[in-house]
Amino acid sequence: MNTDLLMLAVVDGLSYAGLLFLVSLGLTLICGVFGVINVAHGSLYAIGGYSAASVVMWLLPKQPSALLLVASLFVVALVVGGLLGAALRVLLLRHFQDRDPILQLLVTFAVFMVLEDVQRWLWGATPMTASEITSRLGTSDILGVTFMNYQLYLVPGVALLAFVLLQLLLRHSIAGRQIVAVIHNREVATALGIDAARVGTLTFALAGVLGALGGALSVPTTSFVPGLGAEMIVTSFAVIATAGLGQVTGALIAAVLIGVSRSIAVYTVPELEVVMPYLMMVLVLLIRPHGLFSVATARKI
Amino acid sequence: MRHLSVFRLVVAATFLLVAVALAVPWARVPAISFLCFGLAALGLTVLMRAGQVSFGHAMYAAIGGYTVAFLARRFPGADALLLALAGVLASAVCGAVVSVFLSRYRGIFFGMLNLGISMVLVSLIGKLYTHTGGTDGLRFERPTMLGMTLSRGDFEIAMLVLVVVLALAALWLVQRYFDSAAGQLLAAIKTNETRLEYIGVSARRVLVQGYVVSAALVGLSGVLLALVQGLVTPEAGHWLRSGEYVFIAILGGSATAVGAFLGAAVFEIIKLTAAAYFTNAWQSLLGATLIAVLFFAPDGLMAARRARRKDVSS
Repeated sequence: MNTDLLMLAVVDGLSYAGLLFLVSLGLTLICGVFGVINVAHGSLYAIGGYSAASVVMWLLPKQPSALLLVASLFVVALVVGGLLGAALRVLLLRHFQDRDPILQLLVTFAVFMVLEDVQRWLWGATPMTASEITSRLGTSDILGVTFMNYQLYLVPGVALLAFVLLQLLLRHSIAGRQIVAVIHNREVATALGIDAARVGTLTFALAGVLGALGGALSVPTTSFVPGLGAEMIVTSFAVIATAGLGQVTGALIAAVLIGVSRSIAVYTVPELEVVMPYLMMVLVLLIRPHGLFSVATARKI
Repeated sequence: MRHLSVFRLVVAATFLLVAVALAVPWARVPAISFLCFGLAALGLTVLMRAGQVSFGHAMYAAIGGYTVAFLARRFPGADALLLALAGVLASAVCGAVVSVFLSRYRGIFFGMLNLGISMVLVSLIGKLYTHTGGTDGLRFERPTMLGMTLSRGDFEIAMLVLVVVLALAALWLVQRYFDSAAGQLLAAIKTNETRLEYIGVSARRVLVQGYVVSAALVGLSGVLLALVQGLVTPEAGHWLRSGEYVFIAILGGSATAVGAFLGAAVFEIIKLTAAAYFTNAWQSLLGATLIAVLFFAPDGLMAARRARRKDVSS
């Protein structure tokens, strides 16, 4: 493999890792607070992407600036992801709160099935994309290789920004510190006067925004078809399982690991493309059964 | 007394099913598919007994089905029973290999890792076009049954008899397994695994055992479906199919083995309703029913029925 190809693969991989990280961040956040994997997170990703594509298509005839187009992706993610995430929690999962985690997993799986149909009703089965944005943002040459600015700067930049902002939020804002307290111990946090129900809704809204943002930022480079949500939820589960459930920094490292190895596979052994994330996950889990950055927990008898 | 009434119910239902299927030719394939879904759900019920849910078990149906298709194409003279046996064996062996890795996980990890493995398998089947026929699947000639070359109608009747016999046998064997010491150990993984380890039993070994049984049962259902249709496609291992199996198992609950078939019957009714009235809402109908069942009868229909009976008697 020559260096040009390697550079292409790495940039592709980092851009994919950025998207993967955004989605995984939402998933791991909910997992940290509730100890539940939200399978419907995959639908939030898909719906975020589809609605962003619709909004971009609606904007295009009005001759918008490139900045407005990019901004529209963020606005869509904020509105759609935040509303759907919060609704999922308030309308449904709240009623299953103290049940067995497996049962809650099944509930989110059922929601995923319903939302899969909803996507088909709203957007049909034709592929949707917004590639206009990538061409508007132009390209740049590095060492004789041409890259899309969108993949080179925007996506990894947003992912890193999300990481830093989330860390700041969790460490220095009151709402964030309340989330950390609830992750640590819900009962003690409630006893200290934290409204755990409100924190829960906030977490779901935040996670929803992250998931939908992952979708909205994918839509300029990927064409959305039915079934993409299932693929994304499984890949991002591979990321958070590799990292250790609930680990934010770990998720970043695991996303880069999985994203880059997948895109190197795309350029060298394309048949292995889909297998790569799980292969990495299995390799890590064979050595560390609960992920790279997992913390030891006490056994309860 | 209770066992007796369930036994009577099963016998009556079997006679009814066979009579209807023999009298009405178009009901044969739905009847076979109902029993196959019941068999697969029975496999998931075994795992649910240990408190585990797998979102990828349809992969064993695909493994069984593809084994049958490969062998039937390679050795055109092979008998249907031999093919079925080979398919079930392949599923059980794959289940044994996978479970060595998976048996250290419980709960969410267990469910999602199964899903991951099944998605890898299905996408590999889709990509390796030259060997698997890609998404079109593999078609094969109708094999002989016990050495007899049968016409299509006769083959369907023979398959129906075979499926009924195997379903009854599986039902009886799994109920025996649940009542045996090994089955009690399996249930102990759900109630308290640590105590199980303290009395000197390896929980991993118990789970591997249960996993192989469940893989073989799902494999059997895939094998039978492939033989009836003369075709196997990657759809057989799709996550949606796994979800349907989980759905049926949840509906039936893990209290008894019969529950899986009761769940499959309800599933078949929902499927027929959806086909008649809501053609585009199959998945959402399934999802909505699942939420309702989880909310109102989280231990399944059999358990709900028993709880009501207890209320009445007290």
